[in-house]
Amino acid sequence: MQFMLLFSRQGKLRLQKWYVPLCDKEKKKITRELLQTVLARKPKMCSFLEWRDLKVVYKRYASLYFCCAIENQDNELITLEIIHRYVELLDKYFGSVCELDIIFNFEKAYFILDEFLLGGEAQETSKKNVLKAIEQADLLQEPRHEYFNVPVY
Amino acid sequence: MLQHSYTHTAMSPSVPLQEMIRAIRSARTQCEERGVIQRECAAIRAQFRQADNGGRSHNLAKLLYVHMLGYPAHFGQMECVRMIASSRYSEKRVGYLGAMMLLDEKQDASLLITNSIKNDLSHSNQYVQSLALCTLACMGSAEMCRDLAPEIDRLLRASNSYIKKKAALCAVHIVRKVHELGELFAPAARSLLSEKNHGVLHGAVVLITELCERSSESLERFRKTVPDLVQIMKGLVISGYSPEHDVAGISDPFLQVRLLRLLRILGRNNETASDAMNDLLAQVATNTDSTKTVGNAVLYETVLTVLDIKSESGLRVLAVNILGRFLLNNDRNIRYIAMTSLQKIVGTDHNAVQRHRGTIVDCLKDQDASVKRRALDLSLALVSASNIRSMMKELLLFLSSCPPELRSQAANGIFTAAERYAPSKRWHIDTILHVLITAGGDVRDETVPNLIQLITNTSELHCYTVHKLYRALLSDISQQSLVQVACWCIGEYGDLLLRGDCQEVEPMQVCEDDVLDALETVLQSHMSSTATRGFALTATMKLSTRITDNVDRIRSIVSIYGSCIDLELQQRAVEYNALFKKYDHMRAAVLERMPVIERNSSGLINGDPTGEPVKEVQPSKVKTEVSLPLPQAADQTCDLLDLLSSSEQQPQSPPAAGSSILTQPLGTDCSAGRDLLDLLGGLEPTPPPTAVTVYEKDGVTLTIVCEKQSDSAMTVTLTGFNSSDCDVSSFTLQAAVPKSVQLHMKAPSGDSLPAGGAAKVTQVVLLNNPNKVNLKMRIRVSYSCRGSTVQETVQVDSFPGL
Repeated sequence: MQFMLLFSRQGKLRLQKWYVPLCDKEKKKITRELLQTVLARKPKMCSFLEWRDLKVVYKRYASLYFCCAIENQDNELITLEIIHRYVELLDKYFGSVCELDIIFNFEKAYFILDEFLLGGEAQETSKKNVLKAIEQADLLQEPRHEYFNVPVY
Repeated sequence: MLQHSYTHTAMSPSVPLQEMIRAIRSARTQCEERGVIQRECAAIRAQFRQADNGGRSHNLAKLLYVHMLGYPAHFGQMECVRMIASSRYSEKRVGYLGAMMLLDEKQDASLLITNSIKNDLSHSNQYVQSLALCTLACMGSAEMCRDLAPEIDRLLRASNSYIKKKAALCAVHIVRKVHELGELFAPAARSLLSEKNHGVLHGAVVLITELCERSSESLERFRKTVPDLVQIMKGLVISGYSPEHDVAGISDPFLQVRLLRLLRILGRNNETASDAMNDLLAQVATNTDSTKTVGNAVLYETVLTVLDIKSESGLRVLAVNILGRFLLNNDRNIRYIAMTSLQKIVGTDHNAVQRHRGTIVDCLKDQDASVKRRALDLSLALVSASNIRSMMKELLLFLSSCPPELRSQAANGIFTAAERYAPSKRWHIDTILHVLITAGGDVRDETVPNLIQLITNTSELHCYTVHKLYRALLSDISQQSLVQVACWCIGEYGDLLLRGDCQEVEPMQVCEDDVLDALETVLQSHMSSTATRGFALTATMKLSTRITDNVDRIRSIVSIYGSCIDLELQQRAVEYNALFKKYDHMRAAVLERMPVIERNSSGLINGDPTGEPVKEVQPSKVKTEVSLPLPQAADQTCDLLDLLSSSEQQPQSPPAAGSSILTQPLGTDCSAGRDLLDLLGGLEPTPPPTAVTVYEKDGVTLTIVCEKQSDSAMTVTLTGFNSSDCDVSSFTLQAAVPKSVQLHMKAPSGDSLPAGGAAKVTQVVLLNNPNKVNLKMRIRVSYSCRGSTVQETVQVDSFPGL
């Protein structure tokens, strides 16, 4: 996978994970163009499109588009499964996840993604193991008592 | 705010971050938002400068959020470096995240974290190690990779599964950045295959795939692992339900897909490896549940593998059938995938794909443009002589309603298909006209001369063609290519138009004024390009010898344009005027009917591949579109049959007109009318060449006509004729000449000679005799008649006309 973008129907970027080295300007350009292309597509259309020299796989979950750019040898259908798995992980972690969760806890969304994919490839194929790892890592977070409003387990 | 029930996850939300996010979101205008952001950034900057206050991770997180909104955040780069070096996990975590977001390998600051990463790779806490591995795999530069590769290799060998799986993928990134380091990881990768942990296995397979793709030595070495891979795969496919890895009944589809992909690479071009995986692939193909996407994902990868390795034919058929089932799937994604795959094999397994033509053609009507594009590509590849009529109907229908980005491809594809498989000339002309009317603006430039040549060559349809074109012109003059061809035809065959006795179209009374009106409309219309107006003007001029009453009108049109602002038109008009005045005695000769234009070779030669590559002429190969039938068993006794000498032929360089495929007999450019006046210089009557019969048996005759082209080159036209009362089929000619003579046989016009001389077969042979040896030619004639094959060889010693 070269990159993954999460964005809303209004074109607001909610998460961007880049696995290829590009400068900020390039990233912005790609993001802008790709968002436009995907948002212009009608609901019943194919989840795959050819864009520049890449294959783009996207799927909409409620108000969020999950969009991945993969290489020619990559399997589009399994990429859809990867997207789905990520959504499931978010859902399990946040408990019935919605866009607001990802906005207000964007760093968590990244942490979860980084426990699932590494360098653009899936690192753990068991849902349970990914969630367990996140859980354990969260426990290491040093709490700030002033900002406590939930108990730490 | 958000209230979630925290059951087992220890999620401590970053409240400072959330407060800021709320503040930003409540801004009502872009300007207000900018204001909030500026304030926040100022605060963050201030915080960065302060000593450690325990809130650093929150600050950096805020900055990262601001960065995601698109605002500059480079002043946070050094903070990331500092945070990564912190001993607090929360700070490291956000620091590394920041590094991945703000520092790419192009930034100098990225090098500063190399040391931290190195330290963290050996940290006692695996979650810290994990952060380092993740960051290195995400944005590690080549230099960093070189530095840290030994560390990664160590982790690959001696750590727990959690770390091993990450180290494997980190190694993948390193190999992508620094190819030579692949060697380093190969041994470790091999041993990882014996692990049980799925994450580790997955990482190992991805790593091995990367190594094999990069180096052929690795590929050779890892081929030995095929039996192990097959075992692992079998375990996944046959094993019982494993809740941890199950997705809709498929056990670890992610791992299965990667295994299949690796097997594909290992089995490619290798019989032994392919054999070893044959059974497994058959098993996966038959047993995988295809009701959900996940099953189809595995089947898809299986099909790709089967089609790419040296699989048994039975397995191949199974694979193509799976694709066929995919084509009928309700899910549009699956149909799209199927067509992409079929496109890859339409060359090699053409017949298998043909079986699904109906479904593919239906996909032309799909709503989705990507699906349409795939369907178009495939449909064009599937056109053949037997299905041309029905396919063309569908393609023309598609053309009339297809999305604009596909029109050019569709139009040109249709032309090529029509060129190759036209069942009749009339059909061919009709098809081209249809395309020009529907999509004239999207066709290639050489369509106009191509069509003109086609029309001139089809003398029996001149009347029909000019009528159709005239009608088309009356209804619409916006499509330039169509208008150009129409003008040319009207100019050329205007007399036939006026005579109005064409059988094949509805009767239409056309008088001279009507025709001139039509041409004048084109001349005056703002829609007409300069080239088009040139066509119209020349056509008008040509009509002066084909009509009787209105020559004065033509004279006046021509003289008006003598002062036209457009230089091209003005020049033409002045010249035509001169033709009227000073050279009136030559006018009839100059403007007479065009001779049949010699075809250089099939229209494909223009360098435009139609999906199949046009092979270069190499010493031992021949251009694919020119059929050069070489006899398989050379006759040893006869040294004239040194057919490989024909391999020294040079591609026929078209005279005068660069890459244009048209060669006028008098060697001028054919943009109609432009160089008409050049004919004034070269016009000398040549006697019609005599045809000599060289072969005659049972009513089947072969005649040759020779024409000298230059000092050493000549064309020999072989014509086969059948005056007997039984049909002749598979009529082929082979020719051999002495060693130093160069021979180039063009494609024959066909291979069947129906009884009673209804049609003949012509084939043009180009000879070049630079050494001026005594020219002889052996011709082998073979054909089938009344069920039996006839083969005869004749020798031609004298070539009339030389």
